[in-house]
Amino acid sequence: MSHRHDRLALLPEQVTLPPGHPWRRLGPIGAAVGAVGIVASAALGTSDPERFFFSWLVSFLFFWSLALGAFYFVLIHWAMQGGWGVVVRRIAEHVMATIPVLALLFVPVLFGMERLYPWAVPGAAAKDHLLHWKEPFLNVPFFVGRAAIYFACWSVLAWVWTRGSLSLDATGSRATAARLKRFSGPGVIVLALTQTFAAFDWIMSLEPHWYSTIFGVYVFAGSLVSGVALIALLAVLLERAGPLSDVFGAEHRHDLGKLLFAFTVFWAYIAFCQFFLIWYANIPEETVWYKVRLEGSWKAVSVLLVLGHFVVPFFYFMGRTVKRKATALAAGAVWMLLMHFLDIRWLVLPALHGAGAGFSVLDATTFLAIGGCFAGVVGWRMRRCALVPLRDPRLPESLSYESA
Amino acid sequence: MPPLGHDLPEGPTFGVLAEFATPGELFRACERVRDAGYTLWDAHTPFPVHGLDRAMGMKRSVLPWIVLAMGLTGAAAGFALQTWVHSLGYPLVISGKPFFSWPAYVPVTFELGVLFGALGAVFGMLALNQLPMHYHPLFHSARFEKVTDDSFFVSIEVRDPRFDATATRRLLEDLGARHVEMVKS
Repeated sequence: MSHRHDRLALLPEQVTLPPGHPWRRLGPIGAAVGAVGIVASAALGTSDPERFFFSWLVSFLFFWSLALGAFYFVLIHWAMQGGWGVVVRRIAEHVMATIPVLALLFVPVLFGMERLYPWAVPGAAAKDHLLHWKEPFLNVPFFVGRAAIYFACWSVLAWVWTRGSLSLDATGSRATAARLKRFSGPGVIVLALTQTFAAFDWIMSLEPHWYSTIFGVYVFAGSLVSGVALIALLAVLLERAGPLSDVFGAEHRHDLGKLLFAFTVFWAYIAFCQFFLIWYANIPEETVWYKVRLEGSWKAVSVLLVLGHFVVPFFYFMGRTVKRKATALAAGAVWMLLMHFLDIRWLVLPALHGAGAGFSVLDATTFLAIGGCFAGVVGWRMRRCALVPLRDPRLPESLSYESA
Repeated sequence: MPPLGHDLPEGPTFGVLAEFATPGELFRACERVRDAGYTLWDAHTPFPVHGLDRAMGMKRSVLPWIVLAMGLTGAAAGFALQTWVHSLGYPLVISGKPFFSWPAYVPVTFELGVLFGALGAVFGMLALNQLPMHYHPLFHSARFEKVTDDSFFVSIEVRDPRFDATATRRLLEDLGARHVEMVKS
C-alpha cells in the first residue's frame, strides 16, 4: 500500500497559532468581556427586567443562529463530501462547539418566560380561546422540556463532529471519516427539525396568536447567511494574521462568497414567500404580525432589511472580484452579520413595544455578555488544535482547489 | 476525368496547424505562443485541459455582463407589463387590492428576469463562440480529425499581425510539434 496518501499534507506548525500570537488572547479576552457583560446586564437589568429579557433573547438568538449556521456548514460538507471548504471547516467546528455554553446562556430566558411569552403568564389560556386551544403545545413544562431536547441534540451532534474531526488530526483514520460522513445526512435532518421547532418556540410564540408555517425556514436561511459570513470573516482575519496564509486564498474566498450570495438570495426568497402569502390572503390574524412591523420606526427597519439584507448584497456579491478580494469579502461579511442582527431584532422586539425600534444600553451589554462567552469558546478552542483539519482525506483537494 | 476542382488554383491560406502528442506539450506551447504576442490563434483538444485558458492568456468572457443586462431587462419588462395591464390597460379590482399591487407582480418579474437571463446566457454563449458554425478551414487537414481522439493542436491564422510563414512555422516546430502544416482557407 502506498504511503503517499497517509502523509500529512500540512505540517501542524504551519497552521497552529504560535506562542505569543495575538489570536491566542481571544479566549481570555472573550471570557473577560463576557463576564463584564453578564455583570453589567444583571446590574442594569434589575431596574428594567422586561427590557433585560428581550435584549438577552435578541443577543442569544443572534449567536445561537451563528452557531447553527456553522453547524449546517460542517454537516453539509460531510454529507456532500465537499472538498473545497475543508480548510475552513475547523473554524466552523469551533463556532458550532459554542452550543453547550449557549445552552447555559439560555437559562435566563427560562426565568423571564412570563415577561417574554404572553402564553406563559399564569391564567392566560383561560382568558384567551386561541391560547387555550394551543395550550397542549404552548405550556411551560413542555416548552422547557423541548428546549432541553434541542440543546441535548445539538450538544451531542456538535460533540460527535468536533471530536471526530480532532481525532482525524491524530489518526487520519478512514473509518472515522466514513462514519462521520455516514451519519451527517441524518444529522442535518435532526438539526433542521430541531431548529424549526426552536424557531417556533423561542421567536414565533412571542406573538402567540400569529403563525407561519414557513417561519422555521426563514430562521434557517438567516442562520446560514450569517454562519457563512462569520466563517468567511474569521478565515480572512486568520489569513491576514498569519496562520492561515499558506492554505486559505482567493479560490476559497470565491466559494465562500458564492455561498453568501446564494443564501442571501435564499433568505430573500423565503422572506418574500412568507410576506406574499400573508399579504395575498389578507387574514387579520396573520397580517397583524406585519402590520406592527410596517408602522412607526419598524417600517424603516423593514425597508432597511429589504435593501440591506437583499438588494444591496445581491448586487455586491454578484461580481467575481468582490468575492475573491479579502477586504471586500470581509466587509460584505461584516455587513451581512449586521443585517442579520437587525433581522433578529426585527423578529423579536416588536413584541416588546410595537411603537418603535428603540435602542437600549441593555442591548449592548447583553450582546457583550453572550458574544464575549461565544468568542471565548472559539478562542479557547483555537489555541488547543491546528486551525485546519490536518489529516482529513479531502484536505489535499481543498489545498489545491480552483474555483471555476 | 479528374475530380471537379482538382486543378483549380490554390486558394488563400488559413493558417498554420501544429500537432502535439500530449496535453503537457500543448500547455507549454500555448504559453510560448501567448508570450510571443500572437492574438489570432487557438488550441484544440479532445477533452478540456484545465488551466489552458490561462496558458493561452485568454481574457475573461463578457458573457456575465450580457446575462446581467438581459436579466435586468426581463425583470423590468415583466414588472412594466403587469403594471400596464393592471393599472392602465385593464384595471380590475381583484380581491379588494389596489390596482397597483406590486407584491403580486414579484413572482412574474422574478421569473421573466430568470428567463431572459437564461436566454442571454445560452444565446450569448453561442454568439460569442460564433456558433452554429457549419464550416471551418481546419477541416481541410486530414490530421486534424485526430482532435476528437488523441492529438492536441495549435492553429495560428495568417491574419495575425505577427504571422510570418517561416518564423511562425519554426516557432511551432521548436516547441516540439510532431507535425506542422499549412492549411488552406
